[in-house]
Amino acid sequence: MPTLEFRVNGRDHRVEVEIDSTLLEVLRDKLRITGPKAGCNTGDCGACSVLLDGILVRACITNALSVQGGEVITVEGLARSGKLHPLQKAFHEHYGSQCGFCTPGMLLAAKALLDQNPTPTVEEVKEAISGNLCRCTGYVKIIDSIMAASKEMSKREAG
Amino acid sequence: MQRTVVGQRKKRYDGLAHVTGETRFVDDVFIPGTLTVKVLRSQVVKGNIRRLDTSAAASLPGVEGIVTHKDVPNNAFGLVPDQPVLAETIRYRGQPIAAVAAHDERAALKAIDQIKVEVDEEEPVFDPQEAMKPGAPKVRPEGNCYMYGEHPCRKVVFGDVEAGFKEADHIIEGEFRTNPVEHAPMETQVSLAVPEGKGRLTIYTVSQSLLFHHGLLTGILKMDKDDLRIAGLAEKALHDWKDDVHVAFRSGTVGGSFGAKNDIHADHVTALLALKTGQPVKWRWTREEETLYSTHRGGWHIRIRDGVKRDGRIVARQVTSIRDAGAYSALNTYVVDKHCFMVSGPYSIPNVYVEGYCVYTNKTPSSSMRGFGVFPATFACEMQMNKIAAQLKIDPWELRLINAYREGDQTPTRRVLDSVYLIETLQACAEKAGVKLPDRLASMTSEKREGAA
Amino acid sequence: MKKRGVGIAAAQYPTGLAGGGDVSQAYVKVNPDGTADLFIGSVDIGQGSKTVLAQMAAEELGIPYEWVRVHNQGTDTSPICFGTFASRVTYATGNAVVEAAREARSILFEVAAPSLQATPEALDAADGKIFVRDDPGRSIGFRDVANMANIFMKKMIVGQGLFARDHSATDPDTGACDPFCTMAWAAQLVEVEVDTDTGQVEVLRMVSAFDVGGAINPMLVEGQIEGGAVMGMGAALMEDLYPHYPTPEGQPTNLNTYIIPTAVDIPKKMESVIVECPSTAGPYGAKGIGEMTANVPAPAIVSAIHDAVGVWIDEIPVTPERLLRALEKADS
Ligand code: FES
Ligand code: FES
Repeated sequence: MPTLEFRVNGRDHRVEVEIDSTLLEVLRDKLRITGPKAGCNTGDCGACSVLLDGILVRACITNALSVQGGEVITVEGLARSGKLHPLQKAFHEHYGSQCGFCTPGMLLAAKALLDQNPTPTVEEVKEAISGNLCRCTGYVKIIDSIMAASKEMSKREAG
Repeated sequence: MQRTVVGQRKKRYDGLAHVTGETRFVDDVFIPGTLTVKVLRSQVVKGNIRRLDTSAAASLPGVEGIVTHKDVPNNAFGLVPDQPVLAETIRYRGQPIAAVAAHDERAALKAIDQIKVEVDEEEPVFDPQEAMKPGAPKVRPEGNCYMYGEHPCRKVVFGDVEAGFKEADHIIEGEFRTNPVEHAPMETQVSLAVPEGKGRLTIYTVSQSLLFHHGLLTGILKMDKDDLRIAGLAEKALHDWKDDVHVAFRSGTVGGSFGAKNDIHADHVTALLALKTGQPVKWRWTREEETLYSTHRGGWHIRIRDGVKRDGRIVARQVTSIRDAGAYSALNTYVVDKHCFMVSGPYSIPNVYVEGYCVYTNKTPSSSMRGFGVFPATFACEMQMNKIAAQLKIDPWELRLINAYREGDQTPTRRVLDSVYLIETLQACAEKAGVKLPDRLASMTSEKREGAA
Repeated sequence: MKKRGVGIAAAQYPTGLAGGGDVSQAYVKVNPDGTADLFIGSVDIGQGSKTVLAQMAAEELGIPYEWVRVHNQGTDTSPICFGTFASRVTYATGNAVVEAAREARSILFEVAAPSLQATPEALDAADGKIFVRDDPGRSIGFRDVANMANIFMKKMIVGQGLFARDHSATDPDTGACDPFCTMAWAAQLVEVEVDTDTGQVEVLRMVSAFDVGGAINPMLVEGQIEGGAVMGMGAALMEDLYPHYPTPEGQPTNLNTYIIPTAVDIPKKMESVIVECPSTAGPYGAKGIGEMTANVPAPAIVSAIHDAVGVWIDEIPVTPERLLRALEKADS
């Protein structure tokens, strides 16, 4: 079996993988990093979204060996030294999460947006998370949460 | 006393766990040595299994156990116990026939491939209106309509609908259909069954109805019977499961349901395989399985005939509704009940006659979904209200306000209503929307109707 | 051409199992540190029952929300609950929780009464304090009482609560029965824009009013209204599990063919009003609206489409194809 070396949430990993293993299988089944969820395994729901070298990808349709040497961030890597990321705080405060199954992927889609565009419009937020399905919230409070986080983060920048 | 907690916008109890990824869904539970489950589903829509041979599959490397209908102690479950866990008689395409537990997904899928099934095919029926006709292919031996007492439908009879039609100035008819809808919770069906010491079988479940499903599962495994014999099970088990099996549901968190997890989809199969192999087994449905073979909101066909007075008062409503139940009852009989009880809408109509048919067809069983049968009831009733308003040139707000239930009104099922507030709710909606209601409507209240007892 | 229209719908929804006979139980245990453990058998499927039930327990015990822990681990350790369906948990399990919390509280009041020189009946509790109702200055910390009761007075501070309804059989000839605990009410206005060239319908505005009886947590109520609105919109315009109904031909197999609303599909503007007409027997007057929020949008949207283009479409979902066919038929 080929060996995959990569970094997840700041930690180096070395694992044996099948040539057709997906990144999601490696994260969940081998490394037991369960933040990314398997909602469809066909790239349609976004529940498995992670950041790969800063770019939003769907782990379920990403071949594991293609991330060789890369750096992956999952929801578990969002909080820094015990402090919640402003997005996490905002989702909690503004009720951006109901059943919670879409939340890890949604947070990373939101982070990918804010990293590129710290002060998006509502339309831009909708566009950015349109690949992440949520069946519970109707998205309203997810959008509110992302807008609130953006505000909070730019206030910090300025302050 | 001033309330200090109730009424407050408190943050979600498990919200912090959700945003940090700490929330553990059933699929996030890992028990060492857990086997993977895959299920063989029928390619055929309807027929009887003539030959079912699992021997080649069973001898493949990595395969720990296979179960078929022969391994299910009591192979009929449900509110109306008509659904087999694993089929001998096929009634819909995709019906589970056999289940495999293997070391990994590859091995399980390979085994599924090696199971030989031969089916004597029969002619199916898909259209509930066809299925209701005499001479239609029988979905089930008892007939294609569920019997409510002596009647092939749920009836609600209130007042005298014919007298109401005579009294009416207009007869307005409508016919409505709602197509089947899938719940599509983001988490599919998942079940992890773990045999533990002392005959305890722990099942990590996504069930939204623990007590109800515990009863169903106990019934399938016949654990409440004295002659408990789980034939052929526990071949490799460490414990003697035949003496005492206790099912314990572990319920953590559910990743959305909307009625999708109101029927047992996976726990019965994992229970059987865990008992048979003596090892933990996990079955996670693929999205394709969830979409095609989980329960859903079945299709409806609804005909309404209303008798309406010139001023817009509805004096008679007759409804005939047909629910496409698919191949098994699941919760459909209850869904039809709820539909019939509510389909006259939130309006005080003195004469109501409803017939609701629960009809079986050769499709995946439908069942509960958010709103049970009230979703199509609301669609048909409110479409009809807007049509009446258009035809009589009455403002749709007014039509609703003058017909709305009032305090003390009786529903067609003879329930006397209290805390009635439709008029005020309509007014609140109009106000928020910036719709100015004329004073005579804006000043209405839900107080008892004049002249009412 | 783009055409706009407005439609409305109203609705009722019954709280509780039709036919009755359903049970929900709860236990509450108060620990020496004043925190409380709430045991229930109802599953939280995302709607937030752990949150609102914890709020009820905290309110009744008179402690902060953060002091309550909720346990629904499974059938071995949890009290009994028929299930999370029929919009029943806030109402049914809520009643059980209130009863359980009150029973636990009464034990603490008995312990606290002598030191406050009052009768237990004269006491009340809020914000982690037990006090004399008519003289709130005379108070004692909830924690102190809980500790004293558990450790020194050797009492178990445990309360139990039960919600149970009689079974109501339905008369097969008339349908007479008692099919609910209470009824919730709703009204909704929808504005749409129909593109008559593509058949696309855009929901521009949705104004919803729901009578929830008593909002235990308005934020969670809004969450239900918004989530239901979008799910209802999906059923009205997009979602079709059997495109060639009644035959199973051409069924969608995945989320790339079974299309549910995404963030870009939701109504441009969504406003909700929470109306509160207390139920007679629900906790704090609560009624259940979890399901009905998804029922109202379809007729409102389809009626708004009629208002826009003058055609009634009596079959949902109103997909672009179905809409264009209906327009074509009306034209000819
Ligand atoms: S699980 Fe990867 S997109 Fe759905
Ligand atoms: S919160 Fe349940 S899917 Fe988004």
